[in-house]
Amino acid sequence: MDLAATILLNGLTLAALYFIVASGFSLIFGLMRVVNMAHGAMYLIAGYVGYAVFEPLYDRDVWYAWYVGLAAGVAFAAVFGALVQTLLLGWMQGQELRQALVTIGLSIIVADQLLATYGGTPRQFFAPDAIFGSTQVPGVGGYPTFRLVQIGVAVAVGLGLWLLLNRTKLGIMIRAGVDDRQMLGACGVNVPLVGVAVFALGAALAGLGGVIGATAQPLAQGADGRFLLISLVVVIVGGMGSVTGTALGAVLVGVAEQIGQAMFPTYSVILTFLIMVTVLALRPQGILGRA
Amino acid sequence: MTIRMTRRAALLGGAGLAAGTLAAPAVAQPSPIRLGGLTTLEGPFATGGQDAYRCVQMELERINHTIGGRRIEFIRESSNAQADVALARARKLIEQDNVDIILGPLSGAEGIALRDYSRTLTGKTIVNGSSGASDTTLRNPSPNFFRFSTDGTQWMAGLGRHVFQQMGIREVAVTAGDYAFPYAQVFGFNLEFCRLGGRVQHYWAPLGTTDFTSQIAQINRSNAGAVVVVHGGTDGLAFMTQYAQAGGSKPLIGGSIMADQTMLSARGPHRRVMNGMISGGPIADVIDDPTWREFVERYRRRWLNEGGFQSPSIHAVNYATNLHGILHALGAVNGDLSNNQAAFQRALAAAEITAPTGAAVKLDHNRQAISDIFLNKIEERQGTAQVVAFGRTQGVNQTLGMPEAQFLQLGAPSRDNAGCVAA
Repeated sequence: MDLAATILLNGLTLAALYFIVASGFSLIFGLMRVVNMAHGAMYLIAGYVGYAVFEPLYDRDVWYAWYVGLAAGVAFAAVFGALVQTLLLGWMQGQELRQALVTIGLSIIVADQLLATYGGTPRQFFAPDAIFGSTQVPGVGGYPTFRLVQIGVAVAVGLGLWLLLNRTKLGIMIRAGVDDRQMLGACGVNVPLVGVAVFALGAALAGLGGVIGATAQPLAQGADGRFLLISLVVVIVGGMGSVTGTALGAVLVGVAEQIGQAMFPTYSVILTFLIMVTVLALRPQGILGRA
Repeated sequence: MTIRMTRRAALLGGAGLAAGTLAAPAVAQPSPIRLGGLTTLEGPFATGGQDAYRCVQMELERINHTIGGRRIEFIRESSNAQADVALARARKLIEQDNVDIILGPLSGAEGIALRDYSRTLTGKTIVNGSSGASDTTLRNPSPNFFRFSTDGTQWMAGLGRHVFQQMGIREVAVTAGDYAFPYAQVFGFNLEFCRLGGRVQHYWAPLGTTDFTSQIAQINRSNAGAVVVVHGGTDGLAFMTQYAQAGGSKPLIGGSIMADQTMLSARGPHRRVMNGMISGGPIADVIDDPTWREFVERYRRRWLNEGGFQSPSIHAVNYATNLHGILHALGAVNGDLSNNQAAFQRALAAAEITAPTGAAVKLDHNRQAISDIFLNKIEERQGTAQVVAFGRTQGVNQTLGMPEAQFLQLGAPSRDNAGCVAA
């Protein structure tokens, strides 16, 4: 019984990580209609840059090392995202295939540059002691605190995004842009600037996922492809451009992955794709997607 | 200024002259031997692959890239531990780089793929790097695939017996990667452990798994007296980190690539739980043998300032052992690769060499190494975790001393045939 509870909790904490990464992907798609194939690269770049800042501080044993690494990774990803939108994607607005191809190319370049700079050694962040040990969870027993923190961060991201989209002026502009870009421009809103802001935000979320993910499991070459694929699956299952849908998709994929690992580890990956196939067959726009 | 210019011009002219006069005899020299290296500089074993090339480079530098009067040109290729990628890169080495000999690959399934590929080649030789699946040489061996390193089953020699008899443990949980090399390792462990009456529960996970928490939850709740961890690279690091985070407290028994500097030199909480871990394998950081001490000393001098480990990794030593085999045979035939490398391959098969660990190595009729295996324990020494050898079994063959026909009857190691048969 407590085993089932543990596996469920593992699934939820994994889902939290998937949600953080995929929400940025979904956000960018929602407003920009860009399938950002470089989303995984942003995860990876934030992880490595964050680690480069984190390690010397950790060596000096300062308590804020992890937080600084986190901030550095997120900030770098945000700037990187803004640059990608300004320099590359901005002037091919509306040409979806072209944008997808450009971002694929970008992700290959980024991955190779990271390999050349940082080498192949896996890296892992160590969270501050306060969130690193284990916590007693009723019905489960001792459980890694950091994985619970993951859930907290995901909930904060979800709430933050909801507040941003529904309660701020930027959110109103973003939602208006989703429905009618031209009309929004005619109202005097600088639509390209809103685009840059959204892209930076989406990339920052990928970066947040990068550092959190690299604390929970080792960061190595290839994580970019894995998290891009997971983001795609999560967003396809949940529905493109919907925050709630992304959360639902992440929970389904994360829990399925952990149940699969416990019951039939060799074939656990099939379960994930089975969910995707079912959703695509019955509801092609995703569970909470708008037709 | 003018003087400097003149001097530079004179130097240039001199260099040109020297090159001109030196170029003439160079034409008369025999063409270089082209040695292709294949290891994993990408994917889960990137660290081990990087270290493998360190040792290969060090050993080639030692002989000044020359053997039997011929120069050796070393061409580096990389794969990511997947068999299809290794095969494509091996093809590239043979077809485009036109190499004579391939030294590689690193990982289990890659080795089987290259063994099959070697059979389609004439006049080329593949010598293993560090891959340790047993079937690479045991079943359906290829005449031009040689392995001077021992395999994953051999590496576990003595470990199952130690766990049952010395540690007094009757039931273990085995967590292992779901591919050829861990099959071989688990098979080797079970063969001894189950024969003595031990019970084993298996937990498999595909190579590349980074979240083991649900598996760890099951293991921590089981009756197992110890956990046998046969992962490696990033997977092994993830397992150990998460085991530490989950507060795991069962004694750990390690597969051969767990108790290794690629794992111990990475930072993190895994080092705490790995202290005291028992393992088996072809090397240890501390072996009481002068040949090994000299090798480690040279490795440190060459690489410690260029990103090397405190002590060479298992993959690096396996590559060096296989390279020693190649160099020995090339020396024996004076660099003669003519006649489809017939003489060279005969010399390889007959080679008796000393591995960097000081262990004697000779090949059996399947061109597979018979050599020494160490029983190791991880200890903290001078503030760093080190793998210390406390036992040594000499001349371990591929069937762990069992008659070959009887061993073959047990079937090929796999997920469903893990070698756990009671006596």
